[in-house]
Amino acid sequence: MGQVNGAASKPRTIIEKVWDSHIVAQREGAPTLIYIDLHLVHEVTSPQAFAGLRERGLKARRPDLTLGTCDHSIPTYDRTLPIIDKIAETQLLQFEKNCRDFGIPFFGPRSSKQGIVHVIGPEQGLTQPGMTVVCGDSHTATHGAFGALAFGIGTSQVEHVLATQCLLQNPSKTFEVRVEGTLKKGVGAKDIILNLISRIGIGGGTGCVFEYRGSTIRSLSMEERMTVCNMSIEGGARAGLVAPDDTTYNYVAGRPAAPNGNEWDRALSLWRKLPTDDGATYDKSIYIDANALEPMITFGTNPGMGIPITAPVPDPSKIGDPLERETLAKALRYMDLPSGKPLLGHPVNVVFIGSCTNSRISDLRAAAEILKGRKVNPKVRVMVVPGSQQVKEQAQAEGLDRVFTDAGAEWREAGCSMCIAMNGDQLAPGQYSVSTSNRNFEGRQGKGGRTFLASPLTAAASALTGVVTDVRTLNS
Amino acid sequence: MEKFTKFTSRLAPLPIDNIDTDQIIPARFLKTVSKAGLDQNLFCDWRYDAEGNPKPDFILNQPEGRAAQVLLAGDNFGCGSSREHAPWALTQYGFRAVISTSYADIFRGNSLKNSLLPIVVSPDAHKQLFAAIEKDPAATVTVDLAAQTLTLPDGSSVKFPVDEFSKHCMLEGVDELGYILQQEPAIAAYEAARVLTVDTRVVG
Repeated sequence: MGQVNGAASKPRTIIEKVWDSHIVAQREGAPTLIYIDLHLVHEVTSPQAFAGLRERGLKARRPDLTLGTCDHSIPTYDRTLPIIDKIAETQLLQFEKNCRDFGIPFFGPRSSKQGIVHVIGPEQGLTQPGMTVVCGDSHTATHGAFGALAFGIGTSQVEHVLATQCLLQNPSKTFEVRVEGTLKKGVGAKDIILNLISRIGIGGGTGCVFEYRGSTIRSLSMEERMTVCNMSIEGGARAGLVAPDDTTYNYVAGRPAAPNGNEWDRALSLWRKLPTDDGATYDKSIYIDANALEPMITFGTNPGMGIPITAPVPDPSKIGDPLERETLAKALRYMDLPSGKPLLGHPVNVVFIGSCTNSRISDLRAAAEILKGRKVNPKVRVMVVPGSQQVKEQAQAEGLDRVFTDAGAEWREAGCSMCIAMNGDQLAPGQYSVSTSNRNFEGRQGKGGRTFLASPLTAAASALTGVVTDVRTLNS
Repeated sequence: MEKFTKFTSRLAPLPIDNIDTDQIIPARFLKTVSKAGLDQNLFCDWRYDAEGNPKPDFILNQPEGRAAQVLLAGDNFGCGSSREHAPWALTQYGFRAVISTSYADIFRGNSLKNSLLPIVVSPDAHKQLFAAIEKDPAATVTVDLAAQTLTLPDGSSVKFPVDEFSKHCMLEGVDELGYILQQEPAIAAYEAARVLTVDTRVVG
């Protein structure tokens, strides 16, 4: 990052501080040119960008600030086996070639560091406070957990960043999400973010960057903060972040790409200046009472259609606006659900534990805690997909893989898997899943598939019973 | 890119809020390494049945929809994933503009880079357009980017916002990268003053 210093005339939010320190040029009649500290690329949204560079005869300007990994279309079965889907294989091979040709470090399909792009950045210590981070993926906001301004970009912009390490951007509005209080047992980070989105709607944060703050956010681990920031885009915000604190510094310290020695001290002194100044103001604000939160679950076809797990599915006939009413009615038709009663007890065909939202070691530990010594319902396919090969190794070192397989769940290789259903891991038409992923759009987990988004605890509890289950009601 | 010129067109109405990019182009079609052929799978799961036959009630399978260069959609169009395949698929199909009351940020930015104009209208004008198309499926609108006006079927005009830079790029048929490359001295100066950095080669 650039200079964070400077006698600021007015108190600033962390969002403004990171923005200000990345301004490269500001010309009249054009958006601001900002510098990108870290660019993550994957196989699905980059091929046309590399093709563009070749057409123009351009190089990658800063391969040392760029990292590739394959995650979206890669199978999650045994990596020593051939890839069955030849179109996916072609894409993966092209990706490796592109990274090699342009000198970009990358984690190939058989790398011990391969994993979901938003899991590996933090894991390797590449994601650090105060940075700008981009990736051709809308869940890039995950990296905001470190106090980075991190957002998803399209393929044209992937090409811009590869070529120039810069992007043309207009500043966003600032949106304070203040969460105060103590979470009850069975309620976690996923429930905070699903609650936020259910309140503001999936377009509620459009044009904004969220800053998550308050005592509840401070009490969250880094992995929990990543879960919250990850779904910022589902509330319409391109980015969402948490100001760094000792939790952040302790997580970053000692990781492979983290600063060492004097570099660390220098970095720390700069990072400590990042948090929002007292007296800084936001364009928008919302308050969430953590004491009142319940485990959340979605019933519809976008992430804003969420309810506390004990609450009834809303009734379209009670909605005044005709377009809104039809949107809800259409969602319930697709989901084949009645309104007016809770989802509790609704049969489930598949439970998916994974994705950039909930595939880190703490997520797997939480799920394993519920499944330990028990068997999943034989009618349910339960897939556990670690976010990276490093998460997988760690889980195996702790014996979590045995907990899962003994319970009757599948233990797979790292990737996006059934979150986006590009790699063969998918629902059959009409099937229902309880999924720890981030999107419940029509067909997202497979054509005709129906998704209930929830936390790893709710997913694991539902895996045991075969129906949507409130983890708090399980007998211990 | 071709220059974006004034045009008059019919409308393809999709009166649904929050149409996400997974509906515009499902993820299973993103395994391609090129841009070609995405239009064939535009709105695939709404457009075709399980056997791959066109669903007659879907607007793009009707003569009015096929003739349209303007998509009239519900609020918050293009939410969800960052895939630029969405505007690629829409423009390949023949759409040159979308009309809605709002767009998701990433989709809006991607569209402007691909000569697809995301027109924002007021809720009143939005309702008026859906009513007009209901009354006469052959109703037309005129899109004038230079003047930033949309002429409605009743002949009245509404202004729409667009940032100056995107407008310039679309009208001239130039992309942003050329402009950014011209900023090389500023980029080099910024790089020379950077304080903290990472090196991905340490891990890769």
